Amino acid sequence: MTDAYIFDHVRTPRGRGKPDGALHAVTPVELATQVLRALRERNDLDTGRLDDVVFGCVSPVGEQGSCIPRTAVLNADYAQSVPGKQLNRFCASGLEAVNTAAAQVMSGQSDLTIGGGVECMSRVPMGSDSGAMHADPAVAWKTYFVPQGISADLIASLHGFSREDVDRYAVESQRRAARAWENGWFAGSVVPVKDRLGDVLLARDEHPRPETTLEALAGLKPSFAAIGEQAGFDAVALQRYPQVERFEHVHTPGNSSGIVDGAAAVLIGSREAGKALGLTPRARIRGFASIGTEPTIMLTGPAPSAEKVLARCGMSADDIDLFELNEAFASVVLLYRQKLDIDPEKLNVNGGAIAMGHPLGATGAMILGTVLDELERRDLATALVNLCVGGGMGTATIIERV
Amino acid sequence: MNTIDMQIDGDGVALLTIDVPDRPMNVMTPEFLADLATAVERVTTDDAIRGAVIASGKDAFMAGADLHELVVTFAERDPQALLAACRGLQATLRRMETGGKPFAAAINGTALGGGLEVCLACHYRVAADREGLVLGQPEVQVGLIPGGGGTQRLPRLIGIEPALRLITEGRHVKPAEARHLGFIDAVVPAAEAVEAARQWVLANPEATQPWDRKGFKVPGGAGLMHPGVVQTLVVGSALVQKQTHHNYPAPITVLSAVYEGTVLPIDRALEIEAKYFVSLLMDPVSRNMMRTLFVNKNAADKLVRRPKGPEKRKVGKLGVLGAGMMGAGIAYVSARAGMQVVLLDVSTAKAEAGKDYSRKLLAKAVERGKTSSDDAGSVLDRIRTTSAYEDLAGCDLVIEAVFEERKIKADVTAKAEAQLAERAVFASNTSTLPITGLAEASSRPEQFIGIHFFSPVDKMPLVEIIVGERTGEVAIAQALDYVQQLKKTPIVVNDSRGFYTSRVFSVFSREGIRMLAEGVNPALIENVAKQAGMPVGPLAVTDEVSLELSWHITQQTMADLGDAYVASPADDVVRLFVEDLGRKGRKAGAGFYDYPEGQEKRLWPGLAEHYPHAAVQPEPTEVRKRLLYSQALETVRCLEEGVVTHPADADIGSVFGWGFPPYTGGTLSFIETVGLPAFVAEADRLAEAYGERFAVPDSLRRMAAEGRTFYGGRAAAA
Repeated sequence: MTDAYIFDHVRTPRGRGKPDGALHAVTPVELATQVLRALRERNDLDTGRLDDVVFGCVSPVGEQGSCIPRTAVLNADYAQSVPGKQLNRFCASGLEAVNTAAAQVMSGQSDLTIGGGVECMSRVPMGSDSGAMHADPAVAWKTYFVPQGISADLIASLHGFSREDVDRYAVESQRRAARAWENGWFAGSVVPVKDRLGDVLLARDEHPRPETTLEALAGLKPSFAAIGEQAGFDAVALQRYPQVERFEHVHTPGNSSGIVDGAAAVLIGSREAGKALGLTPRARIRGFASIGTEPTIMLTGPAPSAEKVLARCGMSADDIDLFELNEAFASVVLLYRQKLDIDPEKLNVNGGAIAMGHPLGATGAMILGTVLDELERRDLATALVNLCVGGGMGTATIIERV
Repeated sequence: MNTIDMQIDGDGVALLTIDVPDRPMNVMTPEFLADLATAVERVTTDDAIRGAVIASGKDAFMAGADLHELVVTFAERDPQALLAACRGLQATLRRMETGGKPFAAAINGTALGGGLEVCLACHYRVAADREGLVLGQPEVQVGLIPGGGGTQRLPRLIGIEPALRLITEGRHVKPAEARHLGFIDAVVPAAEAVEAARQWVLANPEATQPWDRKGFKVPGGAGLMHPGVVQTLVVGSALVQKQTHHNYPAPITVLSAVYEGTVLPIDRALEIEAKYFVSLLMDPVSRNMMRTLFVNKNAADKLVRRPKGPEKRKVGKLGVLGAGMMGAGIAYVSARAGMQVVLLDVSTAKAEAGKDYSRKLLAKAVERGKTSSDDAGSVLDRIRTTSAYEDLAGCDLVIEAVFEERKIKADVTAKAEAQLAERAVFASNTSTLPITGLAEASSRPEQFIGIHFFSPVDKMPLVEIIVGERTGEVAIAQALDYVQQLKKTPIVVNDSRGFYTSRVFSVFSREGIRMLAEGVNPALIENVAKQAGMPVGPLAVTDEVSLELSWHITQQTMADLGDAYVASPADDVVRLFVEDLGRKGRKAGAGFYDYPEGQEKRLWPGLAEHYPHAAVQPEPTEVRKRLLYSQALETVRCLEEGVVTHPADADIGSVFGWGFPPYTGGTLSFIETVGLPAFVAEADRLAEAYGERFAVPDSLRRMAAEGRTFYGGRAAAA
């Protein structure tokens, strides 16, 4: 098997996913185009050598439809020989795109690829693609479908995470993200998004609120109490988990991932391809795995997928220097920390989506890049990147510096 | 044609009057379906006919399918034949819609189910402005969905969301609301309905349905790319799961048929509906519901168990002894049913306090506009309060509802009987004391019977008639005639401790308490019980009944049975709560639950100290089995011992008496639903794991081995 290496990665700053967000006026294809251009320019890349561009996108409809990576390849003036493919593993799509791009290299069928993702949540709202998973009554019945926020609250109810527990985690995410920005730890990978005239629209993540306090968070209303009670979702969840006496709705906009716009891209290839192009390998992709778990609680896939990839790589959690788990909801991270018995100082060390936002299709590629930068900064070797995934899945990737 | 009368008037309009012979209501018999096809064909092909008006020759327009026929289809297992029959009706209705001649429905009376579906396939619908006329698709109430196009035409007429509301809830609406929703075109005085429909036919010689016209769109949209529809389906699916606990397949099937069908051309859509309809007929839940809730309940209401000999005798004057909660309730329902009631207690003041219950309920009914104040006044006038036994003279029936103690009961029995005419019947409303023993205090035990009401009397539909060893046929007949006057549903059982309903129901609460003692998480016990379909969890219901009363009954039973009493760990739990912890139940403000003021009750946190959670918790399915199987097995024992004599009584009693889940069809239908051999095998395993109360009675083991069932091929109560 050929080894797949990461040569470079870039991401856009994340814009608030609202009409007043800095990136709201930028089309998704333009965001994808700008990260592709940045990769080319930073690496003086001969794009004719690329075998594929794989992008995650969770709502691939409207302006995100019709195979957006191929569209962006053409729009970025990459060589026309470069194909593109879009995939969807919900929140892990960006990481899955990296894994798929790496797999093409590992299998020897590609030499140089890009994995990444894009999601403009302010323009193509979550759920725009609809789907049988939640809307086909027979399927919803069979799978006890509930929306993700209910699942996150169910994790808290089942495992006894209090409102204060999840809020405390959120404050820490904000603190860590602010510290990283202040110290310039993200600077090497974030490429400002520019407008048509070349002026910078956004150079820094727009979502964080570094001033966040526990008291302020405590004042927020639970986001999912109303739909849980009025639309019957709490009852559906309890049918799967009858050991729960009562449902506690603990998640709020303050301790859940933010809705944002953003894109990311990771340049991957074989050692030989890198050598031919003068690229320096920064890390090896040691392995990856995805897994399916119980779909109603939905967000418990990270730990099993981590265990799966660790076993595949012949490693244990002790062999991992840094863990990066997408902060979809605070309870997901708390449960993960408990299950794998992770030192909090090794997990999401520079904050995550609670502070900076979660552009669904791009996040996986973003956090992989973030943790690679941090491994380099701390001169550590291994990292495990993990996301919880809609429909009851988890995706995990292990990288190792070279 | 025997079920449809066809008259062609001078203008060439055919009047099709539906009148299915020998039936109180028009129902869709095979003959009717054939006649409808014939009539439609004739109208469509006869050049002399310009169009047709469909009306009814009976008071109601038409009910739906004939459930007596549908209920047996589950056992016949011939889905292809059912599909063909369903598709046949659909084809007739499509022929009506597309044949080029106008059809108008003159809905003179209630149209439900298939009756409404015939109307929906007409090009025009006019309903009579009549008190009591309702329209609806109530199929889900017997575990089915509409199979004659209702799930397709209704959303195409009024939109997906309003159609789903009507069909998933099985709700009935009045003509004005139907007109507002958009599936009735006009509401006219009853006498003008046919003429209005006829005029429409004359004015619209070339009628088509909206969905057969080019460019038709479902009002409000359809399909999963329509955000509003998605919202409706997502929330609808969750609410249906909440309401059904996944036990009733019909409501979610309505959603599926509507969702899948509304993105298709109508002919393809009807195929979807028909297949879903047949799949539900092949599901035991529809059989269970049709059999117990409809066929057998109707038979019970018609007094199928009444001895034929004694003459029918209405109660004109009723005596009620004891004006406590039960006595007050019995007085109320009886006075409402038109009887003169003598409500007797030790003092007139106490009797008046009992009458206050009627005053309170009637005031509420007047306030809600459900009763006129005149009517309420005459109901109250019919309740006479007293402390004098002489006032019982002339009573046809006396029911005692005094304290559950033999001595007191014996005393009032003697005093009352002294005033009664020879033919009058004396009844006890005891729920715990065997009737045969109580009858020893009677000078005429053949006229002594048990009439066991449930609490609250005005809400609970069942009455359990208990036949003591010496009770005679006249008393049984009188008790049943009385229950019929109350419009309640009777079952007849033989004497035994706890009779039938209390005996089996107590098994449920005891099993729950037992699990608590074993260290099963109480939230799991309570939630699983509700998810299994019981109205409340075993711990909650014990709180409601009161732990104190439960302990009182247990002690009495211990005293009565002596060495024969089989102790249960549940007894120790109840004793602990009543005697040591002083947590006596809901009324006392503390039991298995805490009852914080103005808040929802919560399981008492102290439960975990007294009964620490076991490290390994049972699967929810195991908890569910223990709760349901224990009740089913106790019912079989009741049947074996002759306490209940007919499976239908056992099923009706369980569903209407203590809320055994209706989807099961009752405790015995539940066993049939599992399948006797599978049930026996599982009960054997449970007996091995949890003890003798799961031991399989010999009669059941034999039936399973011989491939028999409780009902055999029969659906009916006989």
